[in-house]
Formats: sequence, structure tokens, C-alpha cells
Amino acid sequence: MRQVLSFEKPIHELKDKIAELKKMAAGSELELDAEISRMESRLKKLELDIYHSLTTWDRVQIARHPDRPTALDYIGELFTSFVELHGDRLYRDDPAIVSGIAKYKGVPVTIIAQQRGKNTKDNLFRNFASPHPEGYRKALRQMKLAEKFNRPIISLIDTKGAHPGKGAEERGQGEAIARNLLEMTDLTVPIIAIVIGEGGSGGALGIGLADSVQMLENATYSVISPEGAASILWKDAALAEKAATSLKITAKDLKALKIIDEIIPEVKGGAHRDLSMQAAYLDAYLESTFNRLRKIDKQTLIDNRWNKYNNLGGFTE
Amino acid sequence: MSLKTIFKKKKKYAQIPTEKAKQEIPEGLVEKCKHCGKIYYEKEWRQQLKVCPNCGTHHIMSAYERIDATVDDDSFEEWFETLISTDPLEFPDYQEKLVSDREKTGLKDAVVAGRATINGYSAAIVVMDTRFRMASMGAVAGEKIARTLETARTELLPVIIFTASGGARMQEGMLSLMQMAKTSMAVKRFSNSGGCLINVFTHPTTGGVTASFASIGDYHFAEPKALIGFAGRRIIEQTIRETLPEDFQTAEFQLEHGQVDRVVHRHELKNLLTTVLDLHSAEVTES
Ligand SMILES: [Zn+2]
Repeated sequence: MRQVLSFEKPIHELKDKIAELKKMAAGSELELDAEISRMESRLKKLELDIYHSLTTWDRVQIARHPDRPTALDYIGELFTSFVELHGDRLYRDDPAIVSGIAKYKGVPVTIIAQQRGKNTKDNLFRNFASPHPEGYRKALRQMKLAEKFNRPIISLIDTKGAHPGKGAEERGQGEAIARNLLEMTDLTVPIIAIVIGEGGSGGALGIGLADSVQMLENATYSVISPEGAASILWKDAALAEKAATSLKITAKDLKALKIIDEIIPEVKGGAHRDLSMQAAYLDAYLESTFNRLRKIDKQTLIDNRWNKYNNLGGFTE
Repeated sequence: MSLKTIFKKKKKYAQIPTEKAKQEIPEGLVEKCKHCGKIYYEKEWRQQLKVCPNCGTHHIMSAYERIDATVDDDSFEEWFETLISTDPLEFPDYQEKLVSDREKTGLKDAVVAGRATINGYSAAIVVMDTRFRMASMGAVAGEKIARTLETARTELLPVIIFTASGGARMQEGMLSLMQMAKTSMAVKRFSNSGGCLINVFTHPTTGGVTASFASIGDYHFAEPKALIGFAGRRIIEQTIRETLPEDFQTAEFQLEHGQVDRVVHRHELKNLLTTVLDLHSAEVTES
């Protein structure tokens, strides 16, 4: 069953009408071609209007669409020879983060990715892509290997946040994220982070400190969920829509704030409409960034990374 | 203006004495322990550094109270004190909240930084003050911490950070989150140059501060019973649908789980910092 997002309702209603007319025309002598073609051009215009003026909240819904492609979907489309590697060598393997080595355009790379489940059972296994400390430590292990073998790192971000749980706290969730930020500061290989769905706060940043941060057009990246912000600020989770807008969490907002570097366009209606075409869009951006970063010498790479984050503003003297 | 006069102006814990206490206390303000309720004269309260002699509760200190309790008299030289937030997101009501916290605390934002001596040993000091927006980390806090680490790196000073934070400065959105990256990167550069970072966890240290510079110091000390954690208790309880033990995420819990080196009584802190600074300043001589 298709999931209809609220802002898409007028499109689906019109589509249903057109389908009905077509059915009627087929079963009778009625001359409906003119009417159908009139409605079809209206549909085109409606789609254009709606998909070109998506609000922040519309995009939140697209980013959370259950059929939205996951990290493993993109890995399958973009990379070859993928070898998944498990475990943090300290405690356990965290299925919320998928990591491994593969080839991108024939070049060996390291992949680190937050993985949502495809269904309820899978989501329970993946913990809804909310990593434990072990996930971040597994990621760090892969990053160190990437540095050792001079492989660029491609990080796919898709999480509501780091897991808030008892074991996660006991095993140092804060430390695990902090340690990744510390070590990513001067890794001598290019790091490209792409937010493909939801970028949830520190849990996203824990694998997201990068030379180039890219976002799919309808992805979101936020310091707190809109619902969380609304309930803390205005004691009302129903004001999430207002909070989402105020928090400036869309790719366009974050590009303007210089927090991300590239916006990757999505197929009309959202990435879930056409995985292979979406992967092709992503591929184009990734490839050009990949080629550009690989040419930069190690020290310049680290200096640029430092400058980028150190220059983020929001204060005056 | 000396630090003592700055914090004397604020009598946050002043309480109206009971009728009985009024008879016994002729004049001057008294302070009441938030935990056991015992009442103390202002002077004793200050001498005790806001630690209740009866039950041992360490009460929250303001930034200047902390500095005064830690550094040598008149040795503190404040850095970057003019930094203020530009409200980059034009977030609803944020300016008003900043203005009101500035009036309430006399601070421009939640972090005070500078250089001082501690029993003669020079160090850079950062103190987070929870009275200002729960010491949430926005661009000003991040910038002050990063600049302090950079200045200390070039001037070869050890850095002591008294951490406290309710988490991210929500009203600064993703720019607030990026302070985690900025401060952690500054720690790395400082550390690569051989700099010594001592973090003292005070109540409460949570969220993005725990998930950045606070958790990657060289030495982690914590005040007794201080709350230290990443996620908040309420959100964890909602997620796992169970009640967490009383001592969850306390300093003692973090000591047991390996995240802090020592839990230190406030009265012992200055001596401990002095000893560690001394161990880092001693000339290395071959024997
Ligand atoms: Zn007491």
C-alpha cells in the first residue's frame, strides 16, 4: 500500500479522478479525451506547484517516509566489491551502523553508514538506526583502517539520534561520539558525509565530521527533533511544524548557514519514487567531490577541514 | 572590580529565615542547603564553598564563584569577554531570553574563560555557568572554548575546564551542534602540541558537551554526585520503559564505569589541581 503524505493529497485525488475518467471512457462511447488531457495538464501544474514549494514540514515527512531508500540501497547501487566488516573489537557488533570496504569508480574506499530497517522486524534488529557506543567505536576502527590503507571515507547519515539507553550510557555514549570527533579532526584521508534521510544531532555528527558534507534535497539535519524542541520550548509537541521551520533543518537552510557543502537534488516527489535515478543523482555529486578531494595533499586537507569548522559563526565581539 | 564583589551581589540561595531562626540570627543573610534544609550563615556557606557540612551536598557555583574558589587572589585575567550571540537563526524569543539571562547573571553568555595562577602555577581556565541558559553550548561557548585551547596551545599553558551543561543551545540550531566539532577539533590540535587538558565535571554535564570536549580530556575529575551523561534520564526512561536507579549517571557511576579518573570533594580540588599542574611543570631531569 502506498503511503500518501498529507501535502500530496491533492495530487493523489486528481490522479484518482483521471483514472476514473479513463475507466469510464474505455467502457463507453463517451468522448472524454479532451477532458482527460485537460486534467492531465492540470496535474502537471499541480505537481510542479507542490513539489517546488515544499515546506520544511513536507520535507520532514519525505525524509521519514518508510519507503525512503536506506544506506544499504545506495551502497548496492553505487559501490562494487562491498565487504561488510563487523564489530568494535571491544564489546559487540552494532547493526545500527553498517561498515566495510568497497570500490567506488574502481578506487578502494571505506564505507560507514547508519542503517534503518526495511520493516518492523528489521528495524528492531537495526535499533531504528540509533547507534550504541559500539557503533561509533566500530566506525572509528574502520576510519583508522581507512587512514592506514589510504582509503577515502564515505559516510552515509540516516539516524534519529544516538540511542538513549541504559547500556549506552554505561558504556560511554558521550565518550564514543566525542572520540570520533577528536580523531576525525586530523584523519589523513578525505571524508565525505552524505545525509540521506534524517540527521539526528550528535548521533549523526558522530560519523559526520567531514571535508564535504552533502545532503539530499529532502533530508533533514537537526540538533534536536522538531517534536523534542516543541515540547521543551513550548510544552507542546504539536508545535513541531513551527519548531522544524525555526530550527532551520533543510538542506537549503543549512547550505546558507555553511554547515553543509552540497545539496543533492531528489527525484520528483522524493527519493523513494525511484531508487536508481536517485542513486544516479547522488553518484554525480559524490564523484565530482571524490575526485576533487583525492587530489588535495594531506596537510591541506586537514587544514581546510579545521578552517571550515573553526570559521562557523553565530557570534560577534 | 574584584571577583568577590562581583559574586557578593548575587545571593541566589538567600532564604527568608523561619521565625525561630530569625530570633537566633540577628543580622545578615543565611543560606539553606537544598538537600537537607540546614541553614548556614552566609560567611560559613562561602567558607565551605557551598558544600553543606551536614550532608555534603555540593551546590552549584556561579562562574566567578568557581574562579574565586580555584585561582590565586587577583590572578584571573578574563579572555574574550565581549563575545555575544548574533541569534543567527532569528529564533523565536531567543533574543529576549538572552537579554533576561544577561540581566540575571551579569554574564554575556554561559562560558567564562581566562588565564590565572593556581598556587603559583599558570593555567587557562574555562568555567561554564548553568545560570545562563542552563550553560547550553551555542556559538559563543564553542568559540570561547576553542579560542582558549588555541591560545593555551601557543602559550604552552595547561587548560582546566569546569564543565556543566544542559546540552545544545537549541535556539542556535545546527550551529550549536557544530560547536561539538569545533571544540573537539580544538582539543585535538591542543593535544597534538602536547597540551594538558584537565576537565572537572560539575553538576550537571550532559548532551553535546559530554559528547565533545568534556569526554576527551587528559584527566577527568568530577565533583561528588554531579550528574554526568549524554542522554537525559527522562528520555531514557521513556525509551526503555523502566525506572533507572537513583545513582544512574552520577559522578560515582561514571567512576565505576570508567569515564572519570577521580571523584573529588570540592575542598580538595584546588590541592589536586595544584599537584597535577606541578607534575606537568616539573623539569625532566635524567637521573
Ligand atoms: Zn545539606
